[in-house]
Amino acid sequence: MIKCTGKSVLKGIAIGKLYVYRKKEFSLVKTRVEDVQAELKRFDQAVEEAEKQLETLYQEALTSVGESEAKIFEVHGMMLEDEGYLEDIKNMIKENCNAEYAVKEVGDNYSQMFAAMDNEYMRARSVDILDISSKVINILAGVGQDAIKSDEPVILLADDLTPSETIQMDKNKVLAFVTIHGSANSHTAILARSLNLPSLVSTDIALLDEYNGQTAIVDGFNEELIINPMDDVLSALSAKRDEWISETESLRKLIGKENVTTDGRRVNVYCNIGGVEDVDRVLEADGGGIGLFRSEFLYLGRDSAPTEDEQFESYKAVLEKMNGKKVIIRTLDIGADKKADYLGLDPEENPALGYRAIRICLNQPDIFRTQLRAIYRASAYGTASIMFPMIISVDEIKKIKEIVADVKKELADENIPMGEVELGIMIETPAAAIISDELAKEVEFFSIGTNDLTQYTLAIDRQNQKLENICDTHHSAILRLIRMTVENGHKENAWVGICGELASDTSLTKTFVDMGVDELSVSPTYVLGLRKTIREI
Amino acid sequence: MKSFNFTITDELGIHARPAGLLVKLAGGYQSDISIVKDGKSANAKRIMALMSLSATKGTEITIQVEGPDEDEAAKAVEEFLKANL
Repeated sequence: MIKCTGKSVLKGIAIGKLYVYRKKEFSLVKTRVEDVQAELKRFDQAVEEAEKQLETLYQEALTSVGESEAKIFEVHGMMLEDEGYLEDIKNMIKENCNAEYAVKEVGDNYSQMFAAMDNEYMRARSVDILDISSKVINILAGVGQDAIKSDEPVILLADDLTPSETIQMDKNKVLAFVTIHGSANSHTAILARSLNLPSLVSTDIALLDEYNGQTAIVDGFNEELIINPMDDVLSALSAKRDEWISETESLRKLIGKENVTTDGRRVNVYCNIGGVEDVDRVLEADGGGIGLFRSEFLYLGRDSAPTEDEQFESYKAVLEKMNGKKVIIRTLDIGADKKADYLGLDPEENPALGYRAIRICLNQPDIFRTQLRAIYRASAYGTASIMFPMIISVDEIKKIKEIVADVKKELADENIPMGEVELGIMIETPAAAIISDELAKEVEFFSIGTNDLTQYTLAIDRQNQKLENICDTHHSAILRLIRMTVENGHKENAWVGICGELASDTSLTKTFVDMGVDELSVSPTYVLGLRKTIREI
Repeated sequence: MKSFNFTITDELGIHARPAGLLVKLAGGYQSDISIVKDGKSANAKRIMALMSLSATKGTEITIQVEGPDEDEAAKAVEEFLKANL
């Protein structure tokens, strides 16, 4: 029995025989061709064939993954019709170069040209040029993609898969994908999720032929690939797989259904995201909106703060993809415990209680204004709401509203279109929950952040493992604060949602619905499960 | 020859999709249509040349149209740019 770890793209289990998939490799050498006309004709035919393939891929992708993911093949088709690219290749052929080598050489040149650009979007196009070039080369060299040679469905093990390879796989023959490279946001991962295939990427395994035909288990829950499992492991995971299959089948039937209790009470089930790359999963899971867009991910892992334009692009992309559904953007929620050196935050004894979130924003309004400008500019492209983290007083909201009014005036003077934007706050400090009657007069909604509310209420550091046994997340102090917040919010016509971990805790769903909670925001994985629970109340 | 200037207002600039649409449009005219940015000229009938201009938001470009149907072509390109970029 061998165990390998990877990154799971879908929590599920697949059991079957491994199938080692290798890209066909062949050496590409420059040779001298005498009959230039025949070589040109061969090249033209290959391009024509590649265009046909792309058209087929586009149609296939359209039905299996939808229009936004399919567009990539349409753009590939346009690139392949580029006269400059085609002429450069033909000119090389006219100098007696073989077509395969000419395509590779010109493709590499264009790809490098794009890779060197200062615009991130354009840089990403360099991979597309390589993809179309290799498509033409494969046709020229008579190398096609291998069909899966197996009578039964397999667990496909590969180094990495390109969008065209994944789309072309016979889906009836694939139980799961396991790739050595690739990210959870790659096209392969998105496809695997939309096909409901438990798959692993970035897997710690070598591509050995001896794995061919061996029995294996892809365990998406534990992010493991188990080869040649022992009998007890196999039978335990088989049972778990069957349970998962019947559960998923019943959950998928809930797509398109309402989140309504048997006595007619409705709850919005929204999703928490970190960026535009998570939106596909929200749409796949039928999430009703974005209840928490953690904007801090835009600020982390870089040397300088994101510019207004960069942020605008991210917010706009999410809003456009959500196509009019509500998107609640939480402003910068960062403190000394997060790596963002350019903010110049001093190390603190107790960062959870320190200089963080709205406290930074109100003290360094330039950072705050940049973010607000970006959000308001993006608000013209969908339904945006803003919420502010770590609030403890009415005074803070008044200061925020002054800045917001100023930013809006500035944008209006610049004739920049804006949409209607709801303003709300996070209720994550006991102070905010206790004075929620006063706070409710100032905002249109509350979103209860149960993770911080728990740690501040119980005075328990969530990261301290020694305290795990006394950290009761269902503590009545927390539940009373939530109830109080909901009641106070409703008195002033503010709606109230929950966006912390408790939102996905189905043992509390009935309690929350009874309290009158209007919205629950969870990771896309939990949307349908939560819908099921609500519909059974 | 017809010539006019245009400032790009689209956030992503001349990216793949509008570039592809512009190529299709330009291909419908006999005239030579070039897009000039900072002295660098790209044939509007070639998608990769257009994209490689890396013309982003705020960039001023000059459009030059020369040929038998230059009046109609210039008008069509101008309308396209206003509507899409």
